[in-house]
Formats: sequence, structure tokens, C-alpha cells
Amino acid sequence: MEHIISVTLENKSGALSRVAGLFSGRGFNIESLSVAPTLDPSVSMMTVVTNGDERIIEQILKQLNKIIDVIKVVDLNESDAVSRESALIKVHARSEDRAEALRIADIFRANVIDSSPTSYTIEVTGDVQKIHAIIQLLQPLGIKEIVRTGRIAIAREPVRTVATQSRPLAKAN
Amino acid sequence: MAQLTGAEIFVEALKREGVKTIFALPGGVVLKIFDVLHQQKDIEVILTRHEQAAGHMAEGYAKATGKPGVALITSGPGMTNVVTALADAYMDSVPMVCFSGQVPTALIGNDAFQEADNIGLSRPCTKYNFLVKDVNDLAQTIKEAFYIASTGRPGPVLVDIPKDISMEKAEFKYPDSVSIRGYNPTYEGSKWKIKQAADAIMKARRPVIYIGGGVQLSGASAEVRELAEMTQIPVNQTLMALGAFPGQHPLSLGMLGMHGTYVANMAIHYSDLVVAIGARFDDRVTGKVSEFCPSAKIIHIDIDPTSIRKNIHVDVPIVGDCKCVLQELNNVLRATVNGDQKELRKPWWDQLTEWKTAHPLSYRQEPDQLIKPQYLIDRIYQLTKDRDPVVSTDVGQHQMWAAQYFHLTKPNTWLTSGGLGTMGFGFPAALGAQAAYRDRLVLCIAGDGSVQMNTQELATAVIEKLPVKVFIINNRFHGMVRQWQDLFYEGRYACSYLDQSPDFVKLAEAYGAAGLRVQKVSEVDDGIREAMAIDKPVFIDVPVYQFENCYPMIPAGGCNHEMILEDPPELQKRQGATGKAESKDTILTA
Ligand SMILES: Cc1cc2nc3c(=O)[nH]c(=O)nc-3n(C[C@H](O)[C@H](O)[C@H](O)COP(=O)(O)OP(=O)(O)OC[C@H]3O[C@@H](n4cnc5c(N)ncnc54)[C@H](O)[C@@H]3O)c2cc1C
Ligand SMILES: Cc1ncc(C[n+]2csc(CCOP(=O)(O)OP(=O)(O)O)c2C)c(N)n1
Ligand SMILES: [Mg+2]
Repeated sequence: MEHIISVTLENKSGALSRVAGLFSGRGFNIESLSVAPTLDPSVSMMTVVTNGDERIIEQILKQLNKIIDVIKVVDLNESDAVSRESALIKVHARSEDRAEALRIADIFRANVIDSSPTSYTIEVTGDVQKIHAIIQLLQPLGIKEIVRTGRIAIAREPVRTVATQSRPLAKAN
Repeated sequence: MAQLTGAEIFVEALKREGVKTIFALPGGVVLKIFDVLHQQKDIEVILTRHEQAAGHMAEGYAKATGKPGVALITSGPGMTNVVTALADAYMDSVPMVCFSGQVPTALIGNDAFQEADNIGLSRPCTKYNFLVKDVNDLAQTIKEAFYIASTGRPGPVLVDIPKDISMEKAEFKYPDSVSIRGYNPTYEGSKWKIKQAADAIMKARRPVIYIGGGVQLSGASAEVRELAEMTQIPVNQTLMALGAFPGQHPLSLGMLGMHGTYVANMAIHYSDLVVAIGARFDDRVTGKVSEFCPSAKIIHIDIDPTSIRKNIHVDVPIVGDCKCVLQELNNVLRATVNGDQKELRKPWWDQLTEWKTAHPLSYRQEPDQLIKPQYLIDRIYQLTKDRDPVVSTDVGQHQMWAAQYFHLTKPNTWLTSGGLGTMGFGFPAALGAQAAYRDRLVLCIAGDGSVQMNTQELATAVIEKLPVKVFIINNRFHGMVRQWQDLFYEGRYACSYLDQSPDFVKLAEAYGAAGLRVQKVSEVDDGIREAMAIDKPVFIDVPVYQFENCYPMIPAGGCNHEMILEDPPELQKRQGATGKAESKDTILTA
């Protein structure tokens, strides 16, 4: 089953490769991954879309938590969350197709952000179904290039963290 | 405040961490650090002949003392050489801090001379790693490195120090404490879960305790013993837990798993409750996962949440330190246990005793035939046990026989490579332990194949006066490989026969160590005594019967109650046909 996991991590070199290395090294699946700094410049927020059965997802969450650069892990499937993805689509737009391209963009409330005599670049944001749908409709015109952000997601209300690590305790010995 | 160079900060920081010994091999980018080390007396620097060995020595030091071992190596090839030891330490949760030299900051990424991506190379095989980019961060980084290596689930940490950082100056301030927001290991277990565990223990009729390396790491031997004695539950040990519970204790069933005892494997298979303490349900232990302990409830105490439910479903997970959790569990049980536990457990113990007597570990030694490896190890054990030795091993059949026949009684006396199974580990690990305890008896049970992966350390042993006693179980084979070929590849010995080993006696002597050879059963005891009396490192070469196989054995992916207990008939027949003859063999006929 697909899970969207939100990971708060240190914004420092190497942190991203620790997460990426975890997924490749342990054979976990990454559907998409996106990361950018937060309001606190020392912290980044990452959204990982992955899939696996319950046992695998439990391991992924625990393994992410175990990474020292990772501060917090939330499985957004556990709660109500909204997710979005953006895509930039450069589509062939010869004179006879230009109107059709604009019409499709309009239906999806997408923006044309660049144009040339033979092409339009369309920016679209939405859930995965919406992105798939616009791509399907634009395909007959001829898609030259497509770039997608991968999904980002946010919880609708405060959620329980899956952090198994609690407050620091002195080692007794 | 006085300004110190990075190299001086390094040395001061190590002193603050109480480091007494480091294992090191120099190179261009770490010369400044070596220069400072050379001019002080508090930290002993042991020069090794290979960085892999420096790493294993640090591991041996750490396993024997419980404190982080320290290695210092150079960039590029120094780093790539130490990777095996880092990976080994990572698999076996050995606390270790490795310092690597790096090309100057300005050259990083330029394919500079002897540059390697030390951070990239070590990322998958360390608990954490640091590249120091500013000399002002060096002291703090070293503090964090030792903290991470030795707390929670211990492991190796790498600190990569570019050359310019070791030369630049900064004020030296050593932090008193560390706090890392993404790293807060849990030591205390949930009281509620502990209560559940106690209830399950009270209800169980066929319980077993299954202890692992976590008991050594947590120093929880006394607590395990109290738990077992109070409840009269039998104790199984993993390869990594040997010594953490006395091997000869009446409640001990010995090692479980692929080459564990018959009774240990039968007990866990037919149990109705498994109390796993600091063990990680490795595939060498579980065998076929789907048929592991079919009727048991499982309690799992582990400090690392990822170990819990990684391979096996757990009914009562308890995240925490073995020692803390067991203290609490024992408190709860002490208040609940009533009645004579011996009496209560009698039916279970009757069954266990039956299994124990049905198939005890056994071997046959004819007095006039070649020495059997088990006999040799048994004799070493009998003749040295009163001296409370530290015992290291290499990897292979000899390792398993050492696990079966050397009944250690104290924690931190058993140095073996379990998770990675690194041939060549034994000798340097023994040297590391001997460096920590100069007056203790340190033994290495080595294989003729494995030992050749690090014999260059004879030089280190001699110069540093580390009088370890290395018994080479010389079967002229990669014996463990040969055993699999005999059992699963119809006896085709692809690359398992070792027909050109050096004369180990002469090899030792060439380095200025002592060499002995023991050839006959009647010479074994005297040979062992003679070796013990030599105040130098000794290689004792013992040609043994070549075709001995290690049993019991659960074939990989097999089920725990289905053990092979002796050479199967087709193998006996095949070997009978070739007369089970020794291979063309020069050493033996001497
Ligand atoms: C040739 C060969 C054959 C082998 N055959 C066998 C065999 O027959 N039987 C066998 O048992 N092994 C065998 N092994 C070893 C095997 O591969 C594993 O290394 C071993 O079983 C793992 O032991 P462990 O479960 O004790 O875990 P370890 O690797 O020792 O891990 C320790 C566990 O304890 C936890 N821990 C650490 N510190 C603490 C703490 N303070 N508190 C709580 N928990 C803590 C860790 O998180 C981890 O989960 C063999 C190895 C080789 C090379
Ligand atoms: C570095 C390394 N390479 C290969 C192996 C695979 N391997 C496991 S046991 C073994 C044979 C070990 O031979 P020896 O040291 O003579 O021990 P024996 O089994 O004969 O007692 C080999 C090659 C390994 N564990 N480690
Ligand atoms: Mg051998």
C-alpha cells in the first residue's frame, strides 16, 4: 500500500544521502521524494512517497527515525492529509493546436508560463489523478518534455508522531 | 585562551575521553596529528601493518573493555582498507571511533592525490560520520563521535579530518555534555509492557530466554542470571552472547542456531514463550522464518526499535536497555513469583534433559589418529579456563567449534565476528584485547585460511610485546566451505583446498615470535602448556583431521528442529569410496 511519509531533518550536507542511501541499501521503494528548507533554515522538510506492506512500512518508519540527522517522522496515512504535485509540461503547439492546448490548460486551471512559436509550457498543480489526466489529454498534441516535482503533503491537523525515541535519558552504568 | 592546532585539539580531546591506546598507520595528510602524538606520553600509539588490522584491533579493544576502540588512518587507501573493519563493527554493534585523514579542504572533490570520498565510503557501514570543515568544530565533533559510538545501540563512527584542519588553530574548549536533537536513545522500558512481559512469564509452561550481544553491550549479565535463576527458565545464547551467561551454568542450554546445540534448538522450537534479550533474530538463528517457534509468544527487549519486528512478529515489544528493563522486570517478578519454581518447571526440564542427553555435543578422538579440532579446543579450554582468558576467533568451522566447546563464564571475554563473518578478524582482535589488558591471557582460535588474511600483524605483536597465543586449527581447507561442498555440492571442492600454506612455525619465527607445532594427540596437552609458558606472541600450528564436519547443523533456510547431527549416509559412502583419505599433504606427513 502507498504511504506518504513526512520527514523533518537537519538541513546539512549528507542528510539527504543518508535517507536516499537507506532506501536503496535496504531495498525499500521510493516513488517520489521532495525536499526543501523550512522557516527554520537549520531544518529541512522531506516528503517521501513509498509503498510496502505493513511490516515494511513499520521498518521504513523505524529506520528513518534511527538516522541521527532525522528529527521527526510522520506517517501521513495515519491521519488526514492533503497532498499536491506540480508539473511543468512543454507541449507542441502548432497553429492548429494552440487553441486546444489553451482550452485543456484552462479546464485544469493550469497556467501557461512560457510560449514559443511551436510550443507552450504549462504549469499544473494538483493531486496525482489531476496530473495524470492533463498529461493524457495533452499527449495527442505531442509532449516535448515533462518535469514533475514529486508529491508534497501536509497533515490537516496535528498528528501523532511515530517517534519511538522519547526524551533523552542518562545511561545508567 | 591559548590557541591550539587541530592536531593538538585532537590529542587533548582524546585525553578528555580517557583514551589510553589507539591503533594507527600514518600517511601524508595525518602527519601533523602523528607528529603531535609522537611528542606526548598519555596516549599509546600502536602502529599496525595494515589499516584493516588497526580497525579490528580497535574492535577487539572495545569488545574486551566495553569502551570505544580508536583507530587513526590516512586518506585514500588507508580509508578503503579500514572499511572492512567498520562494516564488521557496524554489524556487531561495536563501539569504535575511527579518525581518517582527508586531503585539504580546498582540494576535496578534485581527485587530489590519495583522495577518496571517505564520507560516502563509510556511510552505509557506520552509525554516523562527520567531515570536519572548520577547526573550531573539531572538539565538539570528537565529543559527539564518542557519545554516538558508545550510547544507545553502539557502533562505529568515522571522523574525517582534512589536512588543513589539523594545522589551523583554534581555542580549545571541550564540551561537558552533548545533545543531538535527532538522537535520544531510550533506556527505560515501558512499565506497562514490562508488566505484560512478567504476566506472560508467569503463565508460560515451556519458556526459554534467548540472549544476544546486547546483554554484553549493556552489561546485563547479572540481571539475566537473576531472571533465569528466579524463574528457572533455560537460557539460550547467540554466538554474540557467549560469556554473557556462564556456559556451564545448569540453566544454560548453550548456543542456538545453525550450529547450536540440539537441546537449545529443540527448546526454542517447542517453546510457548521466548524472552529475547538484546538479540536480533538473525537468520542464522531463526532458520526458516515462517516456521520459527510456531507455538510461542515472543517478548523482545532491544534498545534499537528497528531490531524489533524486523524479521519476526513480536507480541510484547520492549524498547530499552537490557539492564534497565531487566532490573524493572526482576522487581515485578520478585513480587509475583511464588511457589517452588523448580517444581513448577519440572515437566519442562524433564523434556529438556531428555533432549540434552539424547544428542549432546560429541566427537570421537582415537588416541593414535589425527587430532580432531574439537578435541584440541576442548583441551585448550580445560587447560586455560582457570586463568579466565579472553578468546578471539576467526571465521569458519573452528569458530563454531570454539563456540561449542569453549565455555566462557564472563562477559566481554569472547571476540568473534558474527554479523559480517570476517575472516582475518581473530588475530588482530586478540592483539587489541591484549593491548587493553597486558597481563591477561589472550587466546586466538584461528583457521589456516583466515589467519593468512592478517599474518602481517605478527610484526605488531612482537614489537608491541603483545603475547597472544594463536592456535591455528590447520585442516588445509577452507573447512566451512568444504563442509557445504560436501553436503550440498556433491563433494566438488571448488577453491576450498589450501595446499600452499606457509610453514606457520617458520613464519612466526621470521617475525621474531615463537612458533610451535603439535601433531599427535599425546602431544596436545604439553604443547598447550608450552605455549602458555612463552612470554611472547606464539603461533601454534596444529594439523588436524581434514574432513571433520561441524554438527549439529541446520541447513540455511531449514527449520530449527530439523538438524543434521552427523555426516549423512551418502556423504559417508562417498568418503568411504575415496577412503576418506587425507589430501596430498606435505605438512602432515612431516
Ligand atoms: C560461520 C558463522 C556461523 C554462525 N552461526 C551462528 C549460530 O549457529 N548461532 C548464532 O547465534 N549465531 C551464528 N552466527 C552469528 C550470526 O550471523 C549473528 O551475528 C548472530 O546470531 C547475531 O547475534 P545477536 O542476535 O546476539 O545480535 P547482535 O549482532 O549481537 O546484536 C545485538 C542486539 O542487541 C541490541 N542491543 C545493543 N545494545 C543494547 C542494549 N544496551 N540494550 C538492549 N539491546 C541492545 C542491538 O540493537 C541488537 O539488536 C554465525 C556467524 C558465522 C560467521
Ligand atoms: C573475508 C572473507 N572471505 C570469504 C569468506 C567466506 N568463508 C567463510 S568460512 C571460509 C573458510 C574459512 O577457512 P579457515 O579459516 O581455514 O577456517 P575453517 O573453516 O577451515 O575452520 C570462507 C572462505 C569470509 N567469511 N570472509
Ligand atoms: Mg581451515
